[in-house]
Amino acid sequence: MTFPGLALNMAIYFSALIFFAGMVFRMAGWLAVPNPLKIPTTPAPVTTGGTVFRMLGEVFLFRSLWKADKLLWAAGYIFHLSFLLIIIRHLRYFLYPLPQWFFWFSDMGVYAGFALAASLLYLLSRRLFIDRVSYMSNAADYFYLLLLLLISITGLLMKYIFRTNLIDIKDFILHAAALDPVSMPLGINIFFLVHVFMVLLLAALFPFSKLMHAAGLFITPTRAMVNNARRSRHVNPWADKEWDSMLSKAGDTETYMPWSPEQWKERWKK
Amino acid sequence: MEEITEKDINDLLKWKKIKPEVPELTGNISVPKIESWASVDLRAQLLKQKDALKRLGLPVDGLVPDWQRVFLAKMREMLKKYRSVKLFMDICVRCGACADKCHFFLGTKDPLNMPAARQELMRRVYRRYFTLSGKLFGSKLGAADELDEEMLALWYIYFYQCSECRRCSVFCPYGIDTAEITMAAREILNSVGIVQKYTFEILDKAQNIGNNLGMVPDAIRNSIEFVEEDLKEQTGLDIRIPINAEGSEVMFVAPSADFFASPHIESLYGYAKVFHQAGISWTMSTYASEGGNFGLFSHNYNQMKIINKRIWDAARELKVRRVVSGECGHMWRVLSSFSNTMWGPFDWLDQRYPVPQHICEFTLDLINSGAIRLDRTANDDLTVTFHDSCQVARGAELGGSSHGQFEIPRAVIKACANRFVDMPADTIREKTYCCGAGQGLLGDDMLPLRVKGAMPRMQALKSVKESHNVNFLALICAICKAQMSRIYPLYGYPMEEVGGVHQLVSRAILLGQKEGM
Repeated sequence: MTFPGLALNMAIYFSALIFFAGMVFRMAGWLAVPNPLKIPTTPAPVTTGGTVFRMLGEVFLFRSLWKADKLLWAAGYIFHLSFLLIIIRHLRYFLYPLPQWFFWFSDMGVYAGFALAASLLYLLSRRLFIDRVSYMSNAADYFYLLLLLLISITGLLMKYIFRTNLIDIKDFILHAAALDPVSMPLGINIFFLVHVFMVLLLAALFPFSKLMHAAGLFITPTRAMVNNARRSRHVNPWADKEWDSMLSKAGDTETYMPWSPEQWKERWKK
Repeated sequence: MEEITEKDINDLLKWKKIKPEVPELTGNISVPKIESWASVDLRAQLLKQKDALKRLGLPVDGLVPDWQRVFLAKMREMLKKYRSVKLFMDICVRCGACADKCHFFLGTKDPLNMPAARQELMRRVYRRYFTLSGKLFGSKLGAADELDEEMLALWYIYFYQCSECRRCSVFCPYGIDTAEITMAAREILNSVGIVQKYTFEILDKAQNIGNNLGMVPDAIRNSIEFVEEDLKEQTGLDIRIPINAEGSEVMFVAPSADFFASPHIESLYGYAKVFHQAGISWTMSTYASEGGNFGLFSHNYNQMKIINKRIWDAARELKVRRVVSGECGHMWRVLSSFSNTMWGPFDWLDQRYPVPQHICEFTLDLINSGAIRLDRTANDDLTVTFHDSCQVARGAELGGSSHGQFEIPRAVIKACANRFVDMPADTIREKTYCCGAGQGLLGDDMLPLRVKGAMPRMQALKSVKESHNVNFLALICAICKAQMSRIYPLYGYPMEEVGGVHQLVSRAILLGQKEGM
């Protein structure tokens, strides 16, 4: 195998590994931290079913964002939906033969390419022109927007202007996915290489970046907890240990609980 | 951070006497242009009293010598104990959905009062010391900052310009709750000896005297006797407020302000009349003489648990079957949302009623069952509006249903008054604006900030005052009552227009022999 082919295959395996292992690592890190108390932002459903329904609304409709800012909601929604459609359209490089349902979405994937770029430009313009958003934006916020824009633009260029050798690319990817890497496809151009390396970079950075909001949303305590604290007791796993350690210290400092009910009675009751 | 040049921490944190500037009332809430450092001088006083600090188990000599180490150790502890804090450090994308939602940002125009910007103060330290890139590259990469005195001062200033009201969390697409971050930040500040006076002076009183206002039982008894005499004069009836009466049906817990502060005490009249007329035996406790729980304001679980403990100890000791809570916001959040975790299960209390029960739930049940009757015309001189208290609206439920905390107090008000008007939809219910003094900002040292924080609520009030001649603001929170009655005169309105929901009940309730009995 030639060096460029080897490098591209290595990069694919490397970033895929970081992406999946990183996702598991980050999610496990979050789940290792307990929720000591029930803190749903109310009004919140009082049943588990209702809470699942609320979460579906957050995941699929971005309901909270809808309440906050309709334009931002529209841009965010178009961005995420386009992203999904584009990923589906890219399945044609990963699946052989293509399933029937692929064709229901594949045309939409093309329009989504333009919608993605447009929504990214709007999101970027917010960071540049709204003083509040500009103030709170940091380098990473711009970096990911620009990275996504670059990916989206190189993709569109390959689709419409600088076409590339899709047959060989598909062959290359299918082999890579089957852990049977082959050499670099012929007839590819610089846009293809930029496109692919930026996607690999994005995947490798994903688990360690703000993009993890996608995973965090599913366990965010203010949305995912049920609003039934009075009826159903939530247990704080570290409460007893904390209480005992305080009592063991309290002996010498007289810091905590200076009055027991009995002492209180003696002192204050007539 | 160019404007802060002084490095000496005592100087950075020094409280400054500033004359409150009252914003102009137009009836509209508009989003201001940001003005950097606009509220950097609005600081809270520090607690310096060594005996109080010692009793609270906090450093007594100000900033501890190796403060960076202590600070980061405490921060690590917070990140290990609270999933909210850990997750919220990682998932914010700074989309700006929260930016114009905070009453303190709208009031002060200071960009560090935008919720995400406030959170960034913690995230900058988090990135530097708790992420791989921070460990490898220090503060050179990715919006990370060294932990220095400047950062410490910014934490103290801006985490005490947040009233933990959770309004931003309603709008955040990931539910990020700045209150959780503020609570953690305050606990971290405490660990290094930067302790806010108002909150922790009161916590000291609550733990060592028994209630937030430092009232000893004799003072409570005196106050109750006065109320009973006054009730006798008003109504000609022997309406009792029993104290420490063992074997009562209900133990009633109120914020201690209800014993004597104005307008809080007017609601105490209301509670007493409701219990009297319904014929339900009840008692208050001098041991559990405080329902308010300032332990909520920082992530110090044990402190909140200790203060909460008194209530359940007293209920056991007085052998009551139910616990009912008075009008108070954060008190209700702790009682209803956290008590069960801290001291439950409460299977030794009457399971036919929610444990604990809110006075609005209690009163509405009595109204609906006909156990008490009300004469709406008694409040015909009033046009009432209702301010949803942040902690009840966004931190708890009433009536076991998702929207009960909005409907139940309104139902009680509508049963007491003919004329009720809601403020604009963006300023009530889940989108309610905080009164501007919640969660430890009620001190007089914070008045310049409180005036500005109250601005959105006052604009909303102004609009219904103009359109409907509203002349009574009904509240169900002791802090809201204290804040609004203080702020009203500054905005040119009479403080008598502020009061509790049970103040309306007190005026409308029909006392005496029930028909057919």
